[in-house]
Amino acid sequence: MTAMIRVEALSKTYVLHTQGGVAIPAFAGADLTVAAGDCVTLHGPSGAGKSTLLRCLYGNCKPDSGAIRVRHDGAHVDIATAPPRVVLEVRKRTMGYVSQFLRAIPRVPALDVVAEPLRALGVPAEAARGRAGELLARLRIPERLWHLAPATFSGGEQQRVNIARGFAARHPILLLDEPTASLDAGNRAVVIDLIGEAKAEGTALVGVFHDDEVREAVSTRIHTMQG
Amino acid sequence: MNPLLKVTGLTRMYGARVGCKDVSFELWPGEVMGIVGESGSGKTTLLSCLSARLEPTSGTVAYDTREDGLTDIYAMGEPRRRMLMRTDWGIVHQNPRDGLRMGVSAGANVGERLMAVGARHYGSIRAQADEWLRKVEIDGERIDDLPLTFSGGMLQRLQIARNLVTHPRLVFMDEPTGGLDVSVQARLLDLLRRLVTDLGLAAIVVTHDLAVARLLAHRLMVMRRGEVVESGLTDQVLDDPHHPYTQLLVSSVLQP
Repeated sequence: MTAMIRVEALSKTYVLHTQGGVAIPAFAGADLTVAAGDCVTLHGPSGAGKSTLLRCLYGNCKPDSGAIRVRHDGAHVDIATAPPRVVLEVRKRTMGYVSQFLRAIPRVPALDVVAEPLRALGVPAEAARGRAGELLARLRIPERLWHLAPATFSGGEQQRVNIARGFAARHPILLLDEPTASLDAGNRAVVIDLIGEAKAEGTALVGVFHDDEVREAVSTRIHTMQG
Repeated sequence: MNPLLKVTGLTRMYGARVGCKDVSFELWPGEVMGIVGESGSGKTTLLSCLSARLEPTSGTVAYDTREDGLTDIYAMGEPRRRMLMRTDWGIVHQNPRDGLRMGVSAGANVGERLMAVGARHYGSIRAQADEWLRKVEIDGERIDDLPLTFSGGMLQRLQIARNLVTHPRLVFMDEPTGGLDVSVQARLLDLLRRLVTDLGLAAIVVTHDLAVARLLAHRLMVMRRGEVVESGLTDQVLDDPHHPYTQLLVSSVLQP
């Protein structure tokens, strides 16, 4: 299988200068390889650096040393050292991310929040909204909410909009940070199905799942982190 | 491909005092860069130097001109520099009164920029002005009104229309949402975000508001006492700040 992500000897320590320069190590010497069609679960106790590693993969967190090689356009890009415009290009065409919380943009309706990653790829508005509506419907967001900005939605609804957005563009790589944390059983099942379909399409997935049921249903491999 | 702007070792002194010091970066087509930092950190000095309004003490600002590629804007002649400012660049001032002509109509404010680049047909100028007023959500019926009768938010939107009507490649913005109340700010930000994306504009946005920076900018430069202390992808700089000053800035933001 094609390796989509190759993490090599990655280390990250947070230094809090505003709090006396205290250093908080997140992880050290992390190695991880993820192939197309894999769903690797990052597992370990709270504070083991799971979310930090996920954020490093997305370029949202800057590691101290090591490399994050991501397959993009048939070549390898090191997210740890790539300039901003390259990371943004990788995010646009190769790597999606479902964060724990939706960062809603004022005035943008839910349907467009979900369609945006497709629009960025040049998909015509109607087709992008079609796919967005399909996902929102599967995730049981009532149609009357589609044209409202999600800022006023409940936590669970926002999270489902976030999930729909993450899956919209069918990126070859998808990162999931506790996507099912605030969902009921019915919606968790939908997310499990979505992940299953993505795997079947050859997407490389990396996720943090606190829910045992979800973790067992979706993982092809568990990557244990000790912290 | 060339960067649109290549800045090398840019320094501006005010006597013995530092305005901005040793700033270097490249801006690429379609990229939006935010410059953040507290008042007096040199953001506006830097923006003025970049936009040909304040000659630097040392260092160069090279712009990718259509004719000769990367050319130092302070080494080219004044007429050429002025032409560049009219055709390729836009400047959105914090106070819209600095960027508008308050004594002529809204339509004329937009049309004037078109005439400056050679448009002569009255009907077409008026049609384009009308189109741009609508794009910035100003009622077409206001086309003949003086800006004096506009609210602060409308003035700022009019200034944006005046700047974008000639399809510039690079827009400089100094605190574009400063002085507007939050609901007006949200509307303006949404508009700016859409226009910048749709037109594929490159922009340099000075702001002290980190939320504005997050919404508009692809990448950030953090300035303190005239120097760039940290730079990178916007969400990385804000979510994982490394420099003590950036950490202080980010942790000082009040959460509503």
